[in-house]
Amino acid sequence: MSTKHSKAAEKFLKDYDKVTRHDQTFWSVRAKRDVLAYELKEWEQLREAASNIKKHTITHLADYLEEFERNATANGAIVHWAKDADEYNDIVMQIMQAHDVHKVVKGKSMLTEECHLNSNLIKHGIDVVETDLGERILQLMGLPPSHIIMPAIHITREQVKDNFAQQGILEKNGKMGAESMGVSDKTQLEAEADPTYLTRCARYHLRDNFMEAECGMTGANFAIASTGEIVVCTNEGNADMSTSVPLLHIASVGIEKVIPNYDAMGVFQRLLARHGTGQATTVYTSHFRKPRPEGEFHIILVDNGRSNFLADPEHWQTLKCMRCGACMNTCPVYRRSMGYSYTYFIPGPIGINLGMLKDKDANYHNCSACSLCLSCENVCPVQVDLGTQIYKWRQNLDSMGHADPMKKAMSQGMKILFQNPKLYTTALKFAPLANSLPSFLTGIKLNAWCKYHTMPHFASKSFHEMWKKGEVK
Amino acid sequence: MKIGLFIPCYVDALYPEVGVLTYRLLTSLGLEVEYPEKQTCCGQPMGNAGFQGMADKLVENYDELFRPYDYVVAPSASCAAYVRFFHQGIVKHECEAAKRTMDVVEFLHDVIGLENMKARGFKASFPHKVSLHNSCHGVRELGLSSPSEKSIPRFNKIRDLLSIVNDIEIVEPERPDECCGFGGMFSVEEPDVSARMGRDKIARHIATGAEYITGPDSSCLMHMSGIAAKDGEKRIKFIHVVEILAQGL
Repeated sequence: MSTKHSKAAEKFLKDYDKVTRHDQTFWSVRAKRDVLAYELKEWEQLREAASNIKKHTITHLADYLEEFERNATANGAIVHWAKDADEYNDIVMQIMQAHDVHKVVKGKSMLTEECHLNSNLIKHGIDVVETDLGERILQLMGLPPSHIIMPAIHITREQVKDNFAQQGILEKNGKMGAESMGVSDKTQLEAEADPTYLTRCARYHLRDNFMEAECGMTGANFAIASTGEIVVCTNEGNADMSTSVPLLHIASVGIEKVIPNYDAMGVFQRLLARHGTGQATTVYTSHFRKPRPEGEFHIILVDNGRSNFLADPEHWQTLKCMRCGACMNTCPVYRRSMGYSYTYFIPGPIGINLGMLKDKDANYHNCSACSLCLSCENVCPVQVDLGTQIYKWRQNLDSMGHADPMKKAMSQGMKILFQNPKLYTTALKFAPLANSLPSFLTGIKLNAWCKYHTMPHFASKSFHEMWKKGEVK
Repeated sequence: MKIGLFIPCYVDALYPEVGVLTYRLLTSLGLEVEYPEKQTCCGQPMGNAGFQGMADKLVENYDELFRPYDYVVAPSASCAAYVRFFHQGIVKHECEAAKRTMDVVEFLHDVIGLENMKARGFKASFPHKVSLHNSCHGVRELGLSSPSEKSIPRFNKIRDLLSIVNDIEIVEPERPDECCGFGGMFSVEEPDVSARMGRDKIARHIATGAEYITGPDSSCLMHMSGIAAKDGEKRIKFIHVVEILAQGL
């Protein structure tokens, strides 16, 4: 009885201290979120409002998307529609080829990850540079993100230093990086893998790329229908840098990102950063409405399965998600098993759900990664009932042909036992015998349970038996 | 007021003393308590495993068996929550008995009331330091305490209830309602994550300096005590809330 998640988690959990660090890092973000949440008396009303706005918007999606398109077009943007990842990549390539683009600087976007944009660009000979520091580190290391907001948090600064050294970044930018800190000799900074120093090196390294790129790409946290603008929230200003030098801006927007108007934006603005990183707001909240003078602004609205999610009567509310990452930070399983243990590129409670909506056969393995503690749904800023949804997915695994045979056999055994009070009582009488046998009552598989637990001890007389004998008084 | 006592399967088989003390505690308060014998399980083990459909007959049986009672009381927050919030969805019709099913802490706190308990002669002393185990379904389904995720006024019904016990010192661990990792079938399907969660939870309870971990769910206590025993951890003991309330009975 094991899933791909449980096997990968077993490996990750072998390093006790690493798990402790991983757990504490993400818990500290949850704790920062809590401080801000407790400060706002209207916190729960905000969550309720956010959920209602999202429900309203995604159930009137066609109307809002068309309103967005009309207004964006009136602003001078060029709006494209992509039904799936292939169409999306084709549109991107057409725009790039029309502008003879050789280098792209790119803000953080999980949608582009979802559509495998980078590998597609590279295939067509276009150099793509991630500009979010964490994403850039991972790109240079050839690794995927392990968290949607803090993608490289599992990487140590020593690993970053080694990688920057290999890439020649320290050699090229180290002197400037050190001098910017008022240090003339970078040797000590490198020996200590000084995080400020490494960040400065990355900054100079990225500046060269900002200057050279012919195209800047961003995602969007929100697309505002009433004004036709997109909103991008970052802490590094990298989306702004990416769109300030190149004249061509391409924004990739999942269709569920549309919200009605500024009033709605006000609600989400208050929730997003508080949930995601425990900040009252992101350092940069940038509204993009028009192309720059002489430039072009393309907005690609991407479906890629989203309208099918919307058609799922049990799981459509998963689409309310605004990708803040708070459910990962609070999830006790995520914190102890880390992003790479999940089969879907988005991990944690929301990733389990989105993965199932996207491809059940590939991602059912993640359904085991939940103790049903329900912390996620109490954290979620838009009240997605994530744990309850995972419970529902589990109920359907059997009909998908993905039920664990042992769990099924155990449940069948319990069915027979528990629906038949006579049999149950008889079984209980003999239960104490099970103290020396594998347990049949609780269905506990000896090896998995006994790996970390002693066996629970069956009482010599069950409550049932004591009651029958008049010993309960 | 007629109370049906629901003793979930694992309490029945593994912790019958918790059942006996629940009965004793309720009757000591002058309540009329019956134990319908044809009861078995709440169905949660099958539901969490993904086979809630297999619990349909058990649910019907539960509803029929407990319908005559004003309240159904169980010494297990998680089982009570499963009955109350999931039974209806399994059989696709209203379940009268499920609506009136409560965990014993919730029942004493909400229905009987602390002052009323004292008036009915409640008396207990437990001169020990205990760390509260706020179990997930107790917190987030039954509302035994304010979930730490929420920005609402803080409350804790387990603490309130134990506060009328003499000589007791009550503390809570850091991360007061983080999951201990039991999760039913989760503990055998994801044994490594589950055990690590358990160890972390036990460590936080121990860090309070308490002698006992106490909570309304024998399942969490079973999980944590099983890990503690395997690890040779002797600094902390485990006790169900009812066992404290019934001191002196």
